[in-house]
Amino acid sequence: MRPKTRLSNSTLLFIIAGIIFILMYGIALISFPVSFRQFQTFFDFFNLNAALFIATLGMCVVMIGGGIDISIGAVCGLVTMACALLLQSGAGNIWGAFFLALGIGLAFGLMHGFLIAYLDIQPFIITLAGMFLAQGLLTTLHKEPLNVTVPTFVALRRYTIEIPWLGTVNRLGVFIPCEIKPSVFVVVALVVLYAVMMKWTRFGRNLYAVGGNRQSARMLGINVKQTIFLSYVLCGMTAGLSGFVFLLTTGAGNIGNGSLYEIKAIAANVMGGIMLNGGVGNLLGAPVGTLTLLTINELIRAAGVQSNLQAIVSGLLLYVFIMLQSIIMALRERRKIKVALPSWLQPHQPQDKSNVESHG
Amino acid sequence: MSKLKSRFDRLSQLFLPLSVLVVLLMINLIKGADYFKITMINGVFYGNIPNILFGASELVILSIGMTLVSAAARGQDISIGESGAISSAIFVQYVLSAGEGVTIWTILAGFLISCAAGLVLGAFNGTLVSFFNVQPMVATLILFLGGRSIAFIIDGKVSPILANPISNQIGTVIPGVPIQTPIILTAVFIALVAVVLKTTNLRLYVEAVGINPSAARLNGINPKKVIFLTFLIMGVCSAVAGFIAVNKAGRHDSVNLLKFIMMDAILAVALGGNSLAGGKFSISGSIIGAYTIEVLNRTLLRLEVNPEAIKAFKAVFIIILMVIASPVVRDFARKVIDKAKVIGSGSPIRPAVPISARSAKKEE
Repeated sequence: MRPKTRLSNSTLLFIIAGIIFILMYGIALISFPVSFRQFQTFFDFFNLNAALFIATLGMCVVMIGGGIDISIGAVCGLVTMACALLLQSGAGNIWGAFFLALGIGLAFGLMHGFLIAYLDIQPFIITLAGMFLAQGLLTTLHKEPLNVTVPTFVALRRYTIEIPWLGTVNRLGVFIPCEIKPSVFVVVALVVLYAVMMKWTRFGRNLYAVGGNRQSARMLGINVKQTIFLSYVLCGMTAGLSGFVFLLTTGAGNIGNGSLYEIKAIAANVMGGIMLNGGVGNLLGAPVGTLTLLTINELIRAAGVQSNLQAIVSGLLLYVFIMLQSIIMALRERRKIKVALPSWLQPHQPQDKSNVESHG
Repeated sequence: MSKLKSRFDRLSQLFLPLSVLVVLLMINLIKGADYFKITMINGVFYGNIPNILFGASELVILSIGMTLVSAAARGQDISIGESGAISSAIFVQYVLSAGEGVTIWTILAGFLISCAAGLVLGAFNGTLVSFFNVQPMVATLILFLGGRSIAFIIDGKVSPILANPISNQIGTVIPGVPIQTPIILTAVFIALVAVVLKTTNLRLYVEAVGINPSAARLNGINPKKVIFLTFLIMGVCSAVAGFIAVNKAGRHDSVNLLKFIMMDAILAVALGGNSLAGGKFSISGSIIGAYTIEVLNRTLLRLEVNPEAIKAFKAVFIIILMVIASPVVRDFARKVIDKAKVIGSGSPIRPAVPISARSAKKEE
């Protein structure tokens, strides 16, 4: 095995993503210390946007494999409505809704995966069709917003975990502990699971190879079609799960649920250093990118920017990040900058350095 | 010989979108025999076919630009609706600033200014894609996110109304001309694009860059310039589409003007048998694809499909179509044909595509 003396592109982009997040949060802390210094603000990112985090993970897996899935928002919305209908009709309990969510996601994932991997159709078009299908099914199922009033579900929705040692003292001097929702654990568990899967399992490594270069992956003996198929199935299931978590967060099935999640997920992944071309990116970049996106939104909101300027500002910030990533990657390709591994990670044989230079 | 063969290839690429169009028209004809009936009201042709041509005009123009971008940049521009909204907002502001005395020259100047705005927006996307190597979808995401708000600010918080007779004529009909004006404008635009493609090397350059950028560079084509150029063309296309759309609507609604039209435009490109991953392209395929989408939408309405379920039907239709057109199914069909040829001791007539379509349906 060749010793590593340089950071891989994935790691470099991940580090950039991390720095950007810390920078943004730092700016937020300095500008609006009152709200951002509370831990609750940070936890609320997870509490209120757990579904977005999960959807972004699924998109990340597909993007690393060199594909795209723009149906996740629509599938998420469809799942919220289907689960709400199931729970409200009294036909199923929470577990039933959970498995329904996974089942819908799995069905969409299987369809996308089969058509894209085995019939070799362009992913954008197939997932666009999936998006139309999910939206059509959603409006056919039910058009009006549907609140879930089943007591067990409401109890689960209201259930919060208090962290007694973290919290803030309000103006009256009453200590308010931080609260986190159960869905946060789902997010954390999924992040850990996916990160382990992408880093250490055969499927994860195959996916990087397939995303990087399909031809060479095939020549290495990787089952390319199966790998792509599995990535879409995984993304579909994740989208289904995100719909269930969305329902847990808002408690109502609605047509607008999860709308534009696909765009938000792509933006979050790009900020997290995952490239649309595939093969490059660290899975942990997905939650970091989502956090950056949410911080920016919160920052713009807190700054009291005029509502129609908010979109422009977030577009501009996205522009800055994309330029930053692009410039750093270009400089790196021209060998203008060298990012060496820190000395404590350097291998012992320095004479090998010359032939390692070419390693991208 | 090789020229003839390549022409045959181009034709077979058009076979699928054309046959789909024919099938859809047949369905309409079965539903009601008066489908093709064109009536003359006040000296203007009305009917189903003119309505389709009228309704699809923006989509056709946008799909032309999208074809070029897809072919050269190997990615899609998702901000076309937004850049159309911005450039048409500028057009509307210019026309409104002229006050009461709106002449044809005011409209023309406004149109040229909006085209310039489209060029600027295209240059913004094109710079990111070509010179900074950002993936097209990510680069255009920026304008997609912010574009509607920019249009909203230009509008000045209300949706301005274009209440002058000339824009009304551009949106509907010019007295004395039997065809609705957007149809004429679309035809003129298509003719212009056809002339440009015939007389310049644009097609060759775009295809070369799309197939292999580094090989194109070694042959003396600058891929960055070509990709940049396609984005400029895309900008002009979206400006023209925005111009037509705003004149049709009569008012500038920055939120809903050309909303989510990029999905339909990308779909039109794919339906026309073009690869979304760059390379060879067929503009006529995309144009037919765009009209097919419009016919499909109208067919579903005509068949009185539950309006809630229209999108689901559309999705099923797209999936079936893409399965038939997929390379795997095509290869399978070719093998079946070869076998049939061997068994039938090689008949000289090659019924290549009909059988492929039939066998594909069987596999469904």
